Amino acid sequence: MRNVHKRFGSQVVLDNISITIEPGKTTAVVGPSGVGKSVLLKLIMGIMTPDSGDIWIGDDKITAAHSESQKNAIRQQLGVLFQSAALFDSLTIYDNIAFPLLERLRLSSIRAHKKVLAIAESLSLTEYLQNYPEQVSIGIRKRVGMARALITEPKVLLVDEPNTGLDPLDGQEVYDLINACKNQWGFTGLVISHELPEVFQVSERVAMILQGKIIAEGTPSEMIASADPAVQQFLNGRTDGPIKIQ
Amino acid sequence: MFLYRTLIALIRPPYRPYLYLQQLLQIGVNSTLVIALIGLFTGAVLAVQGEYTLSKFGATAYTGPAVALSLIRELGPVLTALMVIGRAGSAVTAELGIMRITEQIDALRSMAVDPIKYLMAPRLAAGLIAMPLLCGMFNVVGIFGGYLVGVGLLGLSPGTFMSQIMSATGVVDVWSGFIKALVFGLIFGWVSCYKGYTCGFGAQGVNKATTQSVVTASVAVLIVDYFLTSVLTRVFME
Repeated sequence: MRNVHKRFGSQVVLDNISITIEPGKTTAVVGPSGVGKSVLLKLIMGIMTPDSGDIWIGDDKITAAHSESQKNAIRQQLGVLFQSAALFDSLTIYDNIAFPLLERLRLSSIRAHKKVLAIAESLSLTEYLQNYPEQVSIGIRKRVGMARALITEPKVLLVDEPNTGLDPLDGQEVYDLINACKNQWGFTGLVISHELPEVFQVSERVAMILQGKIIAEGTPSEMIASADPAVQQFLNGRTDGPIKIQ
Repeated sequence: MFLYRTLIALIRPPYRPYLYLQQLLQIGVNSTLVIALIGLFTGAVLAVQGEYTLSKFGATAYTGPAVALSLIRELGPVLTALMVIGRAGSAVTAELGIMRITEQIDALRSMAVDPIKYLMAPRLAAGLIAMPLLCGMFNVVGIFGGYLVGVGLLGLSPGTFMSQIMSATGVVDVWSGFIKALVFGLIFGWVSCYKGYTCGFGAQGVNKATTQSVVTASVAVLIVDYFLTSVLTRVFME
């Protein structure tokens, strides 16, 4: 993305943000709550439109797509794991995982069935397939969300706050899952998080957003060694420093 | 714009008949019991009131037509619409609102599935199909309720009751009620889907959207009913 600018009324949420993610690599975008990380994700998905700037997914510029059908063509390259997994509660876990195959790719139910069983096996979900989302733990729901995001073998995986609502063990399991999926499917990833340093486990690069701008960017080890007081305050979870608690 | 996009989505492939059947079941079939019950007692009340009023003019023989015309032309479509809005409209808005705040609608869009086509079009179509059918059922059960009270309790002649209905009720009356029910079905689908789709944040957002949906749709039905009655009466009289 290049020079992306987004404001809501008089509040500037993203101010000339530019990030490039190399194919096959994962970048984590971190920052305190309410700095516009989720807005960034929605801009990439084409659910929101930036006031200015361009966003590419591969060679396709989603900011140049004006109709929903044009955006949908580009969205085919995306898989998204939402903060709460965003599973459809009227569908079983099997139907949730099969959903993008049947509704987006229009595969036959026989072909979809094989793929669902295969990914359920890979992510240890086989025993939950006939359950509804409310009948399983949030950790399992995240795994189902990951299965749904990856079943179409997207080029790009977007992950929004992977640890929200999870205890440390379940949280670690989600990071292990992201790493395992990266090794197996080899996608380009963007992870939105405020969990430091946990998110470093899954990312080759990290960008920190504060007051609408990227204030620091680098590898996880460069971020840890950063002299920026805001980065250090955020990394160490201190209340005193340049980041004001809202 | 929202209604236009939903109507276009209704026409364009891919078609998902199972979604339409599912909504017809939820909005239409699941409303039949309450509609039948309301229809039965509305017809019964109309028979009592009609017989009382007409007896002052020595015209109790016209109780049947009074019941039938009131139901078919006016009360059938309006009361059916208000009941369906209260029962199913609030449910549609709350369901869509919860889908909005739990990011399920965003998830649909991220999967390149158009939520207007997947969620709104089946509900609008179900409203358009179910409302006239429920209204027809309301009328039939209502006339039956009027018959039970008029003939069974008030001692009116069964032959007179039915024959007067047959002679006083024309195709135009049925058309008038059908057109109203169709328009009210459109209002139901449009308002309940729009309010759910544009729901605000959190539980309060869903609460507000659901209340607004029921109030807006109910008021719209009553206002549109006045204008429709005026126009249809003039058109059919000519």
